[in-house]
Amino acid sequence: MRHGKYRFIIGFLAIPLALYGVLVISPFVQDFQISLTDWTGLTPDKHYIGFENYRKIIHNHLFWQSLWHNVLLLLIVPVVTLALGLFFAFMLNVGGRRKGSASVAGVWGSGGYKIIFFFPQVLSVAVIAILWQQIYNPDPDEGLLNVLLKGVGIGGQTWLGDPKLALACIMAVMVWANVGFYVVLFSAGMASIPTEIYEASLLDGANRSTTFFRVTLPLLADTVATGWVYMGIIAMDAFAYVQLMSVNDGGPNEKTDVVPLLLFKTAFRDNSQYGLAAAMGVAMLIVTLVFAALTLRLARRDRLEF
Amino acid sequence: MTTDTIEDATPGSPPRKSGTPASDTTGWKWRRSEGLVLNAFSHVFLVVWALMVGLPLLWALWSSFKSSGDILSHPLSLPTHFHFDNWSHAWSKANMGRYFINTIIVVGFSTFGTMLFGSMAAYVLARFEFPGNRLIYLCFVAGMAFPVVMVLVPLFFVTTNLGIINTLPGLILVYIAYSLPFTVFFMTSFFRTLPTSVAEAALVDGASHTRTFFQIMVPMAKPGIISIGIFNVLGQWNQYLLPLVLNQGDTSKWVLTQGLADLAVQQGYQGDWGGLFAGLSIAMLPVLAVYIVFQRQVQAGLTAGALK
Repeated sequence: MRHGKYRFIIGFLAIPLALYGVLVISPFVQDFQISLTDWTGLTPDKHYIGFENYRKIIHNHLFWQSLWHNVLLLLIVPVVTLALGLFFAFMLNVGGRRKGSASVAGVWGSGGYKIIFFFPQVLSVAVIAILWQQIYNPDPDEGLLNVLLKGVGIGGQTWLGDPKLALACIMAVMVWANVGFYVVLFSAGMASIPTEIYEASLLDGANRSTTFFRVTLPLLADTVATGWVYMGIIAMDAFAYVQLMSVNDGGPNEKTDVVPLLLFKTAFRDNSQYGLAAAMGVAMLIVTLVFAALTLRLARRDRLEF
Repeated sequence: MTTDTIEDATPGSPPRKSGTPASDTTGWKWRRSEGLVLNAFSHVFLVVWALMVGLPLLWALWSSFKSSGDILSHPLSLPTHFHFDNWSHAWSKANMGRYFINTIIVVGFSTFGTMLFGSMAAYVLARFEFPGNRLIYLCFVAGMAFPVVMVLVPLFFVTTNLGIINTLPGLILVYIAYSLPFTVFFMTSFFRTLPTSVAEAALVDGASHTRTFFQIMVPMAKPGIISIGIFNVLGQWNQYLLPLVLNQGDTSKWVLTQGLADLAVQQGYQGDWGGLFAGLSIAMLPVLAVYIVFQRQVQAGLTAGALK
């Protein structure tokens, strides 16, 4: 029996562990190793050059600019997405006409709204990015957005071609793509809050907005924090959005470049500087870990069990 | 469960007592009107957002039936007559059909593999005590936190050395490996919630551990397997970065997202905008159709990880 147990454990773990070890953990470890070499696609040998690649990154203006764009995405996209998600979830679940004795009421047709809001979530980022690239068509008479704006008397923009607007355009699409997920997530969270709590607060004379800010929001804090981490990961990446939508991969004038795209270009286009790209990967890992640690730290609070 | 509103979730909320004091009734009325204003507001905002989400998708669909000249000169107009040739161009000339089939093959095998290997590992980690259990679990879970883009360079060379770069089986193996962290994390906690008595009874009756897993535990874990299965199907169907780096070779092996990105670049030169919108629709419609049919399961599956 004992013998059988260990044979079973090894039998079940062998394949998953082998796949994970070879394709995930080993590349992860190798990344640190490669980041200390001068390896490029042009030379077959690699030489250890210590922290030279990291020194290069620190002095690389383009890296800092890309990182700044990631930080902007990290600050703006999650805030806007989660705020809109909470707003719509509140509208769906509490904004309804009160029927009889119900203390809070969902809006009529909330299921239908949720189905539509969730659409972008099931679509590939590739589909979303290319679709919006067409909507942002800069031609004043041919672009959908420009034609629509002309209808209300606003002049045409070049959108993704405008260095000042391009990053904001990409952010808007990221928000558009992700709000639905949080509406559904927060709705599920709100549905799990017992109605007695709402009834108590309504009996105490609280109106709906007070109820929302003083009751619903604190009880949803855990879900919001998780959502924040998810959105942060999406914002730190943003590779597919930027690569597919921006002009010239991160343009105009590198005004939309992000670290993952810079890494990709460094590794697979600009003379295949593998060592340098690997070092950027390590830098990204550090930024991601700092972000995750900060979020979890800030979100830590006493749980209310219900 | 996720689509239930608060009201639906608790139909049995206690009825309001009759004979409430007068002051309460005025407050009640005031709240009622507040409710009506809020209700109207809610619908306005909700409809605006629904249009903002729905119209771009509809626009892509109806543009796919227009001639390329029409798409540019009258971006808003509905198609005057239906150019189905856009669709046949996209399907055969732009190879979207090939990419579509490749994607189905890759996602089919990789989701199956992910669920099989992920559940196997999760079951062992959830139910058996052995040295290293905790370490292996943490290794898998840590994989959820780090960005895939970070390991692109070494992953490129690992797959090259194994000879699986630019092949569909290679892509399948990589998808499985990178889907394991979340699958193992979720399925481990799922297996922990299941009762142990049924499996113990099966073991006492002489079933082997393997048989107990496949015939007793897997059917019991079906709800969890379906949720995470949906999560993996969508995630792998929509994957863009991994095929871009690991499947850049022969175009006959490309997946949909690669083909679509290429189509967007190509049509920019050739001016075949109808073909591009048809390609977008080919990539978009099947997923949306499946989603509409299984919307409850899909919403539950995708939000499952964030809720617990």
